[in-house]
Amino acid sequence: MSRPAPPSSNWTLLYQVFTDLYRYIGALGRELRSTRGRYLVILVPVLWLFLFFLVPFLIVLKISFAVSDPSVRPPYTALVAFGAQDTVNLTLSLRNYLMLLADPLYVGAYVRSMIFAGVSTAVALLVGYPIAYGIARARPFARLVLLTLVILPFWTSSLLRSYALIGILKTNGVLNQVLQGIGVIDAPLEILHTNLAVYIGIVYNYLPFMILPLTANLMKLDFTLLEAAADLGARPLSAFLRITLPLSLPGIIAGSLLVFIPALGEFVIPDLLGGPDALTIGRVIWTEFFNNRDWPLAAAVAVAMLALITIPMLVFEYVQNREAGAKR
Amino acid sequence: MAEPSRNPARAFEPWQDPNAEPFLRIEGVTKTFGKVYAVDDVSLDIYRGEFFSLLGGSGCGKSTLLRVVAGFEIPDKGRVIIDGVDVTRLPPYERPVNMMFQSYALFPHMTVEQNVAFGLHQEGMARSEVGDRVARMLELVQLGQLGRRKPDQLSGGQRQRVALARALAKQPKILLLDEPLGALDKRLRERTQFELVNIQERVGTTFIVVTHDQEEAMTMSSRIGVMEAGRIVQISTPSALYEYPATRFVAEFIGGVNMLTGTVMEQADDRLTVRCHELEADVVARHAQPIPLGTDVSLAIRPEKIDAVEVAPAADTDNVVSGQVVEIGYLGDVSIYHVKTDKGLVLRVQETHAVRTSDPHYDWGDRLYLVWKPADAIVLTG
Repeated sequence: MSRPAPPSSNWTLLYQVFTDLYRYIGALGRELRSTRGRYLVILVPVLWLFLFFLVPFLIVLKISFAVSDPSVRPPYTALVAFGAQDTVNLTLSLRNYLMLLADPLYVGAYVRSMIFAGVSTAVALLVGYPIAYGIARARPFARLVLLTLVILPFWTSSLLRSYALIGILKTNGVLNQVLQGIGVIDAPLEILHTNLAVYIGIVYNYLPFMILPLTANLMKLDFTLLEAAADLGARPLSAFLRITLPLSLPGIIAGSLLVFIPALGEFVIPDLLGGPDALTIGRVIWTEFFNNRDWPLAAAVAVAMLALITIPMLVFEYVQNREAGAKR
Repeated sequence: MAEPSRNPARAFEPWQDPNAEPFLRIEGVTKTFGKVYAVDDVSLDIYRGEFFSLLGGSGCGKSTLLRVVAGFEIPDKGRVIIDGVDVTRLPPYERPVNMMFQSYALFPHMTVEQNVAFGLHQEGMARSEVGDRVARMLELVQLGQLGRRKPDQLSGGQRQRVALARALAKQPKILLLDEPLGALDKRLRERTQFELVNIQERVGTTFIVVTHDQEEAMTMSSRIGVMEAGRIVQISTPSALYEYPATRFVAEFIGGVNMLTGTVMEQADDRLTVRCHELEADVVARHAQPIPLGTDVSLAIRPEKIDAVEVAPAADTDNVVSGQVVEIGYLGDVSIYHVKTDKGLVLRVQETHAVRTSDPHYDWGDRLYLVWKPADAIVLTG
């Protein structure tokens, strides 16, 4: 009731766009069943999602059930074929999916990707939360400047920034030269082409996705609640754990998903910064698709990954719905 | 309303007792924000069990003073002493006071019970004891049935009760209330005023209320401190504040008043004759303290202290002014008449409707004689 009006900056708008996107994907079926007025309003985004998300996905799904055949173009067999005696044969091959389970390479890549994405998300949360808190508590002008600084790297391509990280992290790179120059270390640190470099790359690249929704959430936090907690005897840490943290949970979940999901399928960063053993799903898809020209297997890897992503998305959806239900 | 329980309260006047030890001592507290003096050298003694109100307009520093006592603001100068302990520099979570916030500041992710239990858990009270205390507190504010609800499932009045229960749960030495009834509608506010007083009398906690509503302060308080521009201009009981205001500001802030200015012409014992500028006539007031002749003074006369009559009073009657009714405000229990005197001054007169009739006493354009007793004019120097 007396909650302050939602702040209307570009960044909250961006956050809204992101969360709405996820909500639309998840709630597609539910929305379609709703009233006619709402149906019209969501027609444009639904059409968009249908054309550019669902149709491509269905094509990928279709390819994943084909069999690789490098002799034809595109390099896979057709699912539907006219057979003898006026029949139509639909051939769905499960070979690719069975291969995913059978070959430890793929399971390993999934697990590795999950670990990369999970650890990176946790680190991004630990780094991003204090930054978001500071921005949310800053005065309006300072807040604008700080948010701009957070968003500024977006203006440069992620690929370029990853190359820049190579220059910083490599054996005779900026970081090692500085550390050796001021005498902190004697021998250069081997960071590039290790898992550490991958973590640094992912956290650096995706930190804004953590900070923006968290900031939007923490800006809505009523500071009087913390005064009330202090008044009732809560020390700052206790007040944070019992008031700020639970109330910022939606922001934590939104930010974590915005980092976790793209990090899971990340290809560029592990490829450029990681060692040969940093074989993630993204790299496997790349290898299968471009090096082995095995489109169906690459498609199956991609579909399986989508299934993996959908699970946290459904959790997000569930939490959002529960919160919306509690408000009513 | 509860006449018997008012009698002991009337006898309760610890500020009259020179041996009484103040429970809360505010000594020369000054708090500035930038160059603005929010609280300017305020000293104040409040006694155990009092229902004390800080009354003033917005920006007068009353809320800042409350926040200094709560520990949310550290004063630039001065000390805050609660029950003999200097708490000036203690953080809020170490002070034996609790606050009821204007916005209530209920924790939205907790149920009513969890809100009330919050402070008890913080001081490490045993779980079973917490349950008992929470139940008793909800009983006190008549919310026993709603313990499992979330704050956004409650009405404004219910939220106000939860805030009160939560602030009282830790049994603070002093309860601070920041505009406790400000968010309620008028009808609910009037009912809650009496309830608040009842609860205060039952728990016996010292209450300090910040309010801008003079009626609210008058109804509930044992004493009222009127604040203006960061300073306390008068501390009195409600009736003393109304009948014996110390300054023009207080007289005009509390209730309606007719303000006259004039020059002292003569003082014989307690009979003060003042040449009134607005009326261009002599008026008489009762005032025992000597005032030098020629001093400019203000005379404050309450609208209900003025008698309106249609027949001219005897020639030797003090303070008679004739005029014409220009405005009538019918309020049901009383009517307010605006009477324009022959010299152009408009005086407010209040007539009580003691007899049931649909006819107003007087009509527009009626010529009336206004009379007030010398004792009813409040003489204000300064």
